Amino acid sequence: MIDAMRDAMLAWGDTGLVGWTVLKILVIAVPVIIAVAMFVWWERKVIGWMHVRMGPNQIGPWGLLQAFADVFKLLFKEVTRPSAANKTLFYLAPLIALVPSFAAWSLVPFDWGLTLANVNVGLLLLLALTSLGVYGIILAGWSSNSRYAMLGAMRAAAQTVSYEIAMGFTLVCVMILSGSLNLTEIVMAQAGNKGFFDWFGFPLLPMMVIYFVSGVAETNRAPFDMAEGESEIVAGFHVEYSGSAFALFFLAEYANMLLIAFVATVLFAGGWLSPLQGWITADVPWFDWIWKGGWQWTFIKAFGFSFLYLWFRATFPRYRYDQIMRLGWKVFIPICLVWIVVAACLKYFNLVTIGA
Amino acid sequence: MEEIRNYTMNFGPQHPAAHGVLRLVLEMDGETVVRADPHIGLLHRGTEKLAESKPFNQSIGYMDRLDYVSMMCNEHAYVRAIENLMQLEIPERAQWIRTMFDEITRILNHLMWIGSNGLDLGAMAIFLYAFREREELMDCYEAVSGARMHATYYRPGGVYRDLPDRMPQYKESRWHKGNDLKRLNQWREGSMLDFLEQFCADFPSKVDEYEDLLTGNRIWKQRTVDIGVVSPEQAKAWGMSGPMLRGSGIAWDLRKKQPYAKYAEVDFDIPVGTNGDCYDRYLVRVEEMRQSNRIIQQCIAWLRANPGPVIVRNFKVAPPGREEMKDDMEALIHHFKLFSEGYCVPAGETYAAVEAPKGEFGCYLISDGANKPFRCKLRAPGFAHLSSMDEIVRGHMLADVVAMIGTYDVVFGGDRQVIGPGIGNRESGMVDAGSPQHSSFLSVAAVLALRFSIPHSLFSAVKP
Repeated sequence: MIDAMRDAMLAWGDTGLVGWTVLKILVIAVPVIIAVAMFVWWERKVIGWMHVRMGPNQIGPWGLLQAFADVFKLLFKEVTRPSAANKTLFYLAPLIALVPSFAAWSLVPFDWGLTLANVNVGLLLLLALTSLGVYGIILAGWSSNSRYAMLGAMRAAAQTVSYEIAMGFTLVCVMILSGSLNLTEIVMAQAGNKGFFDWFGFPLLPMMVIYFVSGVAETNRAPFDMAEGESEIVAGFHVEYSGSAFALFFLAEYANMLLIAFVATVLFAGGWLSPLQGWITADVPWFDWIWKGGWQWTFIKAFGFSFLYLWFRATFPRYRYDQIMRLGWKVFIPICLVWIVVAACLKYFNLVTIGA
Repeated sequence: MEEIRNYTMNFGPQHPAAHGVLRLVLEMDGETVVRADPHIGLLHRGTEKLAESKPFNQSIGYMDRLDYVSMMCNEHAYVRAIENLMQLEIPERAQWIRTMFDEITRILNHLMWIGSNGLDLGAMAIFLYAFREREELMDCYEAVSGARMHATYYRPGGVYRDLPDRMPQYKESRWHKGNDLKRLNQWREGSMLDFLEQFCADFPSKVDEYEDLLTGNRIWKQRTVDIGVVSPEQAKAWGMSGPMLRGSGIAWDLRKKQPYAKYAEVDFDIPVGTNGDCYDRYLVRVEEMRQSNRIIQQCIAWLRANPGPVIVRNFKVAPPGREEMKDDMEALIHHFKLFSEGYCVPAGETYAAVEAPKGEFGCYLISDGANKPFRCKLRAPGFAHLSSMDEIVRGHMLADVVAMIGTYDVVFGGDRQVIGPGIGNRESGMVDAGSPQHSSFLSVAAVLALRFSIPHSLFSAVKP
C-alpha cells in the first residue's frame, strides 16, 4: 500500500516528490512531538514516584493528558518580549533551536531501511546538526537583554562546545570499529551471533557512558543543567520567554533528549538488533522480533536510555560551572583519546568481529 | 575598544534561591562574584514596635512568625523573658514539654533546611523526602495547638494545654484509602506521645536515607566542600551562633553552656565541624537532627511517667479552666482581666536566649511595670550571619552564592524583623535623639554589642 501511494505521488513529477518527502517528514515529526508530550508526562510521573509523590494525576486517566493541557496553556499565553530585546533575534532564536533538533531525526534508523535519510556521512551530519542547536540558545540569551539569560547562554555555549569534543571522540571510536559513517551500516556492523556481545557498547563501554553523559550535558539536563539552573540563574537563557516561544525551546530540549537516547541506541546498543541475536532462530509470527530484531527493539532501548535522564534528574545535585568544564576537559577527553587507541588496536588486531 | 567592566546583577528579591526576599546586589566578573551586597528589610513587619502596643501575651503569636520555620523556639525566648521578669516557677512537666517541642522544632527547621539547601544545589529528591517527615512533626504541632505552624503554644508560666491523648488520624479520601490509609494511620492509634515515639524510632533511618542521597555524593561534595569557609576567629567576630559557629569547630551551644528548660537533664552531644565549610555545616545539622531525636525520646520517657500540671496555677498570668469560669465569679473576673488588660510585669529588664535551630535567638525585654513591654528587642541569629555574606562569597562563583545562602539557613521573617533601632539605619521609626528613651536604647545597644560582639562601628551611626 505504501509503495502504491509513493508511486501515485511520484507520478506527479517534482511536486509529487516534494509532497512525498513532506509526508515522510510528517510521519516522523508528528510522532516525535507526541512522543515529547508523552515523555514529559512520563518524566513527571517517574520523578514523582522517585520523590514519594504522585505526579500528574488530574487530567485524563493517570494524568495522561496533562502534557497536552500544558501545551494548550502555553499556546494560549501571551508571548511577552522585553522592551529592550532585539526583536528579530528574540523571535528567531526558538526556531533556530528547534529546527536542528528536528532535522536530526531524519537520520535516525528505526529499523533496517526505516529511515528518512540514509545519508552516507550520517554521523557527521548528526554531529553538525546537534551542535547547531546551541546557536538558538546563545541568540536567545543575548537577544533577551537580560543578565540571567546572558549568563545562561554563556554557560550553555561553553558547555555544549566542550562536550561536543568528547562526544565527537566517542563517535570516532564507533567509526573506527564500524568503518562507516552511515548509521544503518553502523547498526549492521553490530550484527552477529553472539547476542549483545556483538554490540559496540561491549568493547566501547566507557565510550558509551561518556557518549551518554556528554549527551546529557549537550542537552543541558540535570545534573548539567546549569544553563537553566533554576536556583542560580532562574531559567537561564529562556528566562524572558513565555507562551509558545518558550514551548518551542521546551520542545527542542525534549526532542534532543530523545534523539540522544535513540542515537546512543544506534551507536552502542545495536539499534534494532536483538540482544538475543544468533542465540535463537525459531520462526514464530508476531513474536520473533524478540530474538530476530525489529523496530520494537530500537524503541525499547531508547526508552531505557531516556529513562536514565529522568533518574539522573531525580537524584543528582547540580554541578557547578567550572566543575562541568573540568569533567569535560580533564576527564572525558583524555579517556576518549586513550580509548580511540584501544578501539584502533581492537580493529587492527581483529579482536572485534564486525558485521554478521 | 571598549573597556571590559564588571557587571551588576540583581539577585532577588524574587529569586527561587533567595529563600524568601533576600536581595543581593552582586558585582560579577563573569561567573565570579567580586562583591555581594545583601539588601535586607523587604520582609520587615515591625514586630518589635507592634509588641510595644499590646499586652504581653498577644505578642506570642508574632514570635511564631519571625523565623517561621522554628516557631516554638522563638516563642520560648520571648516567654522566658517574661517569666524572668515575673519570676514565675514553671511546672516541671511544662519544661519537659518545652524541651521536647524545642527539639521537634529543631528537626522541623533542619528538615526544611536540608530540603531547601538540596534544592538550591539541584538535588530535588531530598526536598520531598524531608517534607515527608516534616509533615508528621507538623501534625504534632497541630495536635497540641490546632495550628500547623503558628502555634502560640508556649505561654508565660507553662504551655497552653497538656499533650493530647489522641493523635488525629488521616481520613479516607481518593488518595488515602485501603492499605495506604492503614499504613498512614498505623502510628496514630494512640496518644501523641505514642505517635512521637514511633516517629523517633523510625526517624534515624530516614536521616540515613538523606545521607545516602547527599553525604557521599560526589557532586554534593564538590559543591560544598571548601565552599564558604568560615574560620573560628571570623565566626566569633561576626557574632555567629548555632550551626554556623559549630561548623567552624566552636562547641558553643546554649543548651549546654547556659541550660534552660530541661536541657541539663537530658543526654545529648553537640556536633562540631572542623573546616567551617558548607559541607561541615551540613554534617553538623544532620547530626543535630539525630541528637534532637535522642532528646525527644528522653522527653517522651519522662512525660509518660510524670503527669502533672503544665501551666502555673496563677490566674494573674494563666487563664482559669473553662469549668471553673462557669461557676466561679472570681475565675470569670480573672479570665476577663487576663484577656482584656493582660497582666502587668514588674519593671526591669532582662535578656533571655534560647538555642534556636539557626543559632542564638534572644529576647531583650524592658518592662516599665505596665501591661505591655516598654521595649522588646529581638536577636535573630540570621542577621549576624548575613553580615558576613560579602566577605565569604567574594571570589566564589555565582553557584556558590546559592550554596552559601542555603547554608546560612536564613529566614527573613526573623532576620529582617529584628534589626533593632540602633543598628544601622535600616529600620524606620527610630527614636528621636534626645528623647527620654534614647539613653535606654543606647544601653540596650551597648548590652547587645557586648553580648553578640557586634562591632561597635555599627553603632556609631546612631550617636546623636
